[in-house]
Amino acid sequence: MNLPFKKLSLGVALAAAFAISAAPVFAKTIKVGNQGDITMMDPHSLNESLQLSMLSNVYEGLVVYNKETGVAPGLATEWKQTAPTVWRFNLRKGVTFHDGTPFTADDVLFSFARAKGEGSDLKSPVASVSEVKKIDDFTIDLVTSAPFPILPETLRTLSIMSKKWCETVGAQQPVDVRKGKENAATLKTNGTGPFMTKSRAPGVKTEFVINPKYWAPVEGNVTEIIFTPIGNDATRVAALLSGEIDIAEPVPLQDVPRVQSNANLKMLQAPELRTIFLGMDQKRDELLNSSVKGKNPFKDKRVRQAFYQAIDIEAIKTRLMRGAATPTGLMIAPAVKGNPGGAMNNRLAYDVDGAKKLLADAGYPQGFEIGMNCPNDRYVNDGEICQAVVGMLARVGVKVNLMAESKATYFPKILARNTSFYLLGWTPSTTDAHDPLTALMATPPADGKGGQGQFNLGSYSNPKLDELTLKIQSEVDQPKRNAMIAEAYKIHQDDIGHIPLHQQALSFGMKKNIDMHVLPVNYVPFKWTKVN
Amino acid sequence: MTVSGEHAPRILGSLQRAWHSDVGHSFRQSPLAMASALVAALLVLMAVFSPWIAPHNPYDLASINLLDARLPPAWVAEGQAKFLLGTDDQGRDILSTIMHGSRLSLTVAFLAVVFSVAIGVSMGLLSGYIGGWFDALIMRIVDVQLSFPAILVALLISGVAQALLKGTQIASTATWVSVAIIVFAIGITDWVIYARTVRGSTLVERNKEYVQAARVIGVPSIKIAFTHVLPNVLGPVLVIATIRLGLAIITEATLSFLGVGLPPTLPSLGTLIQDGQKVLLSGEWWISIFPGLALVLLVLSFNLLGDWLRDALNPKLR
Repeated sequence: MNLPFKKLSLGVALAAAFAISAAPVFAKTIKVGNQGDITMMDPHSLNESLQLSMLSNVYEGLVVYNKETGVAPGLATEWKQTAPTVWRFNLRKGVTFHDGTPFTADDVLFSFARAKGEGSDLKSPVASVSEVKKIDDFTIDLVTSAPFPILPETLRTLSIMSKKWCETVGAQQPVDVRKGKENAATLKTNGTGPFMTKSRAPGVKTEFVINPKYWAPVEGNVTEIIFTPIGNDATRVAALLSGEIDIAEPVPLQDVPRVQSNANLKMLQAPELRTIFLGMDQKRDELLNSSVKGKNPFKDKRVRQAFYQAIDIEAIKTRLMRGAATPTGLMIAPAVKGNPGGAMNNRLAYDVDGAKKLLADAGYPQGFEIGMNCPNDRYVNDGEICQAVVGMLARVGVKVNLMAESKATYFPKILARNTSFYLLGWTPSTTDAHDPLTALMATPPADGKGGQGQFNLGSYSNPKLDELTLKIQSEVDQPKRNAMIAEAYKIHQDDIGHIPLHQQALSFGMKKNIDMHVLPVNYVPFKWTKVN
Repeated sequence: MTVSGEHAPRILGSLQRAWHSDVGHSFRQSPLAMASALVAALLVLMAVFSPWIAPHNPYDLASINLLDARLPPAWVAEGQAKFLLGTDDQGRDILSTIMHGSRLSLTVAFLAVVFSVAIGVSMGLLSGYIGGWFDALIMRIVDVQLSFPAILVALLISGVAQALLKGTQIASTATWVSVAIIVFAIGITDWVIYARTVRGSTLVERNKEYVQAARVIGVPSIKIAFTHVLPNVLGPVLVIATIRLGLAIITEATLSFLGVGLPPTLPSLGTLIQDGQKVLLSGEWWISIFPGLALVLLVLSFNLLGDWLRDALNPKLR
């Protein structure tokens, strides 16, 4: 009795399969090879560019980036300030999540609470929002603790998730990379974005397909994205040259000429807003992995300055970065809004003898030993930069025990602040100078809650900078705001709170027939990508 | 002087005896053995004396200059005579790094072989001589371990140990911790091969008359095993050890290549090849080709020596 039915259903399934494979005649699949993988599919789990960039194709915020890295309507159609601290957002009607659930104000309330809650790595975008009020199903009010003129800019990285879905699958709390807590959102997604996750194999392959019910027409013509992490530089370039992948990011600097000289390929290189810097633990009374016992040498500004001046940034630029870097004395790129410009972007001079003298004055004429943490697959030549820094510090007598590792083990370690000396890169996702002030430089509260100083992993602290950061947050008058930004950055620069190194360049290699738009914050919205 | 004066004739005498022995005769008859012995000896001498003969010291971070990075070999345009085989991405002289690196690789391999021989031979000897449950237990452990590829076991041990111990050390001790970890990882992977071989030989030896005679006059078992049986089972151990020395160098290079070996600031041959392979196809071939050649020469010469020794010690082939 069962048999004919089974046969029939098999036939139907087969026919369906053929139909599916035959239907997208105009399907444009692009294969993307990246240095690293998306760490988790949860959009609130890790505030890292690659992660946010890839997931921004699946999830969306109330507002999103436009092509000029400005603010465009996303899940909100319009917004206005009804009072200095109150913002009214009108939500887009008729939007559904990928599972078919309609999008409403409840999802916004839920997502803000989720991003503020335990385990979230995206506390900083919501730090200024003290309350989310539901007016009706498609209207909300965001209340900030103080006037906060750049609120829309900060919300571009905050993805909205479906309340119903999260509760059904048990993903009410974000995946916590620090504690290794995972849930359904580790592998599954349910956003409103132009692409949906078709399959996810961590470290191997992630496939996205176009969302046929997307609320807006999609400008590009890509229907499927196959994202593959290819950690090895040579392999990634070989895959691009052989046509196995369509886009490679990054193309290692030594291979740029080879890609450019290939008739089928082209390079897309542009300055990136990311600043690479070194951080130092200025809080602990005794550093981890150091020969100095009973005190913390980094609490002495002379030591921090000695480290700074021991670094030969020109050598790093010419030899390691092959010219594709802009050395900087500030924690923000020149293109970031509020950058004071001029001489403040210049670095302190490279001065080995001066550095030695500073160390001697600080009481370390023989130098000391210290451990350093470094990723080796996150930024351009990150491991090599750290090795070079180790060599340069050796010349002033500081012996560094370098621990270079994959970002998969590196980030959980340093985010838990198990480090005394580390390398990190930061892109202000708001493209505004205020973002690094809150995220990287403001004093983290003792309980570790809130977005303030969430990535100030060495706990640099200056009350005057904290005060200015709060004022800048609510200052509406542009010249006044810029003056305060300049003052705050000057304080940080004089304190040598961190050691800024350089801005690297975006380096995408792709087939000539691909037309893609990359934002300087290293976002790749595939809705704008065209295959000709 | 007087001491060495007294000893010199004796050492010379034993060398002379070795030269005229059966093994020595077979050595003289084999050009391959002589050539590989010569190459191995040269490489070992180069490695041992590298701190004095290498043109630069690549481990002294204060002496390397990033501005010298990625210079091609001296005979290529842009090459500098100062760096005969070119420099790597940090400005280290490749030739000096090969010399120091092979010193490190040889040290690690030698210590690992000594470590595994010590454990493997004792376990095999006791296993074969005592027998019973002890034999069963040891041989099942050996079976289990042999069923995994050796590199996997070494990778696991090295990876776990590094994760546990690294980061808790300060710079001056971290180096030695890494070396100790890798010696342990290779040694603990390799002991099973010696244990298996020695057990087999011991099973044969323990029923021979000299052992029974010793037992009859009341020599304790342990003493019989180590003073009477041991010397008679060492032949195969010597052969295996020579071949495994080459393999231990490869294992160390593999682990360092995979990033769980020696730290990047202390380049061995494996780390050098790993550094260079990223730019191998980008025109900067010298960073991994030369260390690769050195590794091939080193391992090949030891393997050929081991092969010859096996034939020379095999009574059936004489």
